[in-house]
Amino acid sequence: MTTFEKIANILKDYINCDLDDIKPETTFESLKIDSLDMVEIIMNLEEEFSVTVEDVSEIKTVGQLVEIIEENRK
Amino acid sequence: MIIAGTGSALPTQVVTNDQLTEFLDTSDEWISTRTGIRTRHILGEEKLENLAAAAARSALEQSGVSPEELDFILCSSVYNDYMAPSMACIVQGLVGATCPAMDLNGACAGFIYALYTAQAYLKAGCRNILIVCAETPTKMVDWTNRATCVLFGDGAGAAVVRAGGEDLSFVLESQSRTEVLVGYNPPSNCPYTPHQPAAQPLFMNGQEVYKFAVSTATRGMQRLLAENGLTCDDIGHFVLHQANLRIVEAVRARMKQDKDKFPTNVERTGNTSSASALILLDELNRAGALQKGERIALSAFGAGLTAGAALLRWQL
Repeated sequence: MTTFEKIANILKDYINCDLDDIKPETTFESLKIDSLDMVEIIMNLEEEFSVTVEDVSEIKTVGQLVEIIEENRK
Repeated sequence: MIIAGTGSALPTQVVTNDQLTEFLDTSDEWISTRTGIRTRHILGEEKLENLAAAAARSALEQSGVSPEELDFILCSSVYNDYMAPSMACIVQGLVGATCPAMDLNGACAGFIYALYTAQAYLKAGCRNILIVCAETPTKMVDWTNRATCVLFGDGAGAAVVRAGGEDLSFVLESQSRTEVLVGYNPPSNCPYTPHQPAAQPLFMNGQEVYKFAVSTATRGMQRLLAENGLTCDDIGHFVLHQANLRIVEAVRARMKQDKDKFPTNVERTGNTSSASALILLDELNRAGALQKGERIALSAFGAGLTAGAALLRWQL
């Protein structure tokens, strides 16, 4: 599974949506995910990918989140 | 250690989210969905020490311990009107006690740190200790900063603890991380200390505080359960520091428990710092929601970063 697919699955479970609703260009705002949801999701991702993400405030889209996780995995 | 009585007091002035929109760019919807908070009590004409004394008197009355029988007063207070003397000393006078009294500062986790300290003092020979948590975090925040000032409320809680019964179990944790959450005292005008920074309001990195709160509260209580050979099902109530409803919900989800085992009052009180878990415990006690003999897990977390969890058996 790619990083995007893994993250999309975590998001799908978190907000109970269709996997098809989640594309790289999808914004978290359109998924009704607020800043505290973002922290919850990041905590799940930190565990899943063994990474630490310091600041989520600039992350607006699913694609940006994928990029940041991949950057932190290096 | 036995909790023999509890008390609490909130300021009479209630401030709604809508009232905050009169001077802040915020909304009831924004505040309530992100924090659960709908109203908070804020000191107006009243003084914090009088709330503290009212809470203390209620706890003393319920415990059957007279002020003269107290061996120690421990007060948890991050901020109040006095640099000196201690709030504990002021409360001592107001309730008519004569025992030694001192403050401690464990930030929002102060109630757990006070219980931990009290248990050690009981083992050292004290018989009756009054714990008071008196807080006015509304004086620590910048009321032009909508990210922080909406979160807090004022209040006081008290508990009389006595020697005897089962020991409480504790898991305490402190990490020195002032970059995440810090509040400074105002600068002085001492001429020999130049270049003091201007007054700075409370700073909080919400994301990091949330992570710390959820992870340490869950970890602390899980460790307490494991060390005592218990599971979540053995716990009657989980009484958490009332900082934010979303934090309580996140911990509850991780512990896989029903809502009724994680009571809340943050909706009405806002974050009252170290007083919050004790105020909630007193409200549950007064409502008859706690069964004699049930196990209660307490958990609080705050600046430091500091966290504490305690496991006790309710004896009232």
